[in-house]
Amino acid sequence: MENVATYAELGKYLGAGLACIGMAGAAMGVGNVAGNYLSGALRNPSAAASQTATLFIGMAFAEALGIFSFLVALLLLFAA
Amino acid sequence: MATQAHGEETGGLVFHPMDQFIVKPLFGDGPIHWYTPTNVTLWLMLAVLVIWLLFVAGTSGRALIPTRIQSMAELTYGMVHKMVEDVTGKDGLKYFPYVFTLFCFILFANLLGLLPKSFSTTSHIAVTAVLALAVFLGVTILGFIKNGAHFLELFWVKSAPLALRPVLAIIELISYFVRPVSHSIRLAGNVMAGHAVIKVFAAFAAIAAIAPISILAIVGMYGLEVLVAVIQAYVFTILTCVYLKDALHPAH
Repeated sequence: MENVATYAELGKYLGAGLACIGMAGAAMGVGNVAGNYLSGALRNPSAAASQTATLFIGMAFAEALGIFSFLVALLLLFAA
Repeated sequence: MATQAHGEETGGLVFHPMDQFIVKPLFGDGPIHWYTPTNVTLWLMLAVLVIWLLFVAGTSGRALIPTRIQSMAELTYGMVHKMVEDVTGKDGLKYFPYVFTLFCFILFANLLGLLPKSFSTTSHIAVTAVLALAVFLGVTILGFIKNGAHFLELFWVKSAPLALRPVLAIIELISYFVRPVSHSIRLAGNVMAGHAVIKVFAAFAAIAAIAPISILAIVGMYGLEVLVAVIQAYVFTILTCVYLKDALHPAH
């Protein structure tokens, strides 16, 4: 019986660690948004200021999915 | 310095980065009911107090040449006003007071949470979920009042081929109902993650060999957290504006 509890504990920590891989995707997404914004802004600086709101919306959407993986890790560690 | 590492008897470095988010009653150790004043209520009230100081007491002079506090309040007001006008359009300005209230409240709750020994209220999904659900319900009801059944055209993408539309409708419907979830968790997750990272570095500061590095890292993270606090308040309000735009003009 003790073994089962230990393995469940092990699985929880492993799962939390694996969930953090999802943050790599969010990192790429946010970097992509910011990088493309910058390259567009350097080509046409006069249009850059009007697009900052779009930049932040895009970043927020990309980042939300990374936050979801962080949430899964937290749920595994503290709520499962 | 050694306050974080209170696990020496096990030999390892034990620290509790999530302990800062525990809700405690302000007086005594009794059980927490819905009416119990806790550290959450204290810091939520302090956020309201600071907003009052800045926007009511700070601008009470109504000087033609504004004082520093008055011009801070005016700049914030102007920024959010422009944001609502740009994103939602002229007819969205009717809802500007609510959006501005949201922005100020989240901004000051975030910033007050950064003070040492304070409690960051926006790190709790319970707090942000109420804010996000209020926006979600308000926007949905507003959409049906303003457009009636035409509001459902939001899910029926007219520009797509007819065969694809049912599939898109399901995807749009799911993404519509995920909105309050992502809206609230984005704010809570960002604030919580940043504070937890600072606490982890604070625990490493107890080890003399790497203490300088970790203290420098705390300074860097703190600067980043100030940025995150402002940006997340901005993002929360701008997404509110986007949802409001969808409700007022569902057919794009």
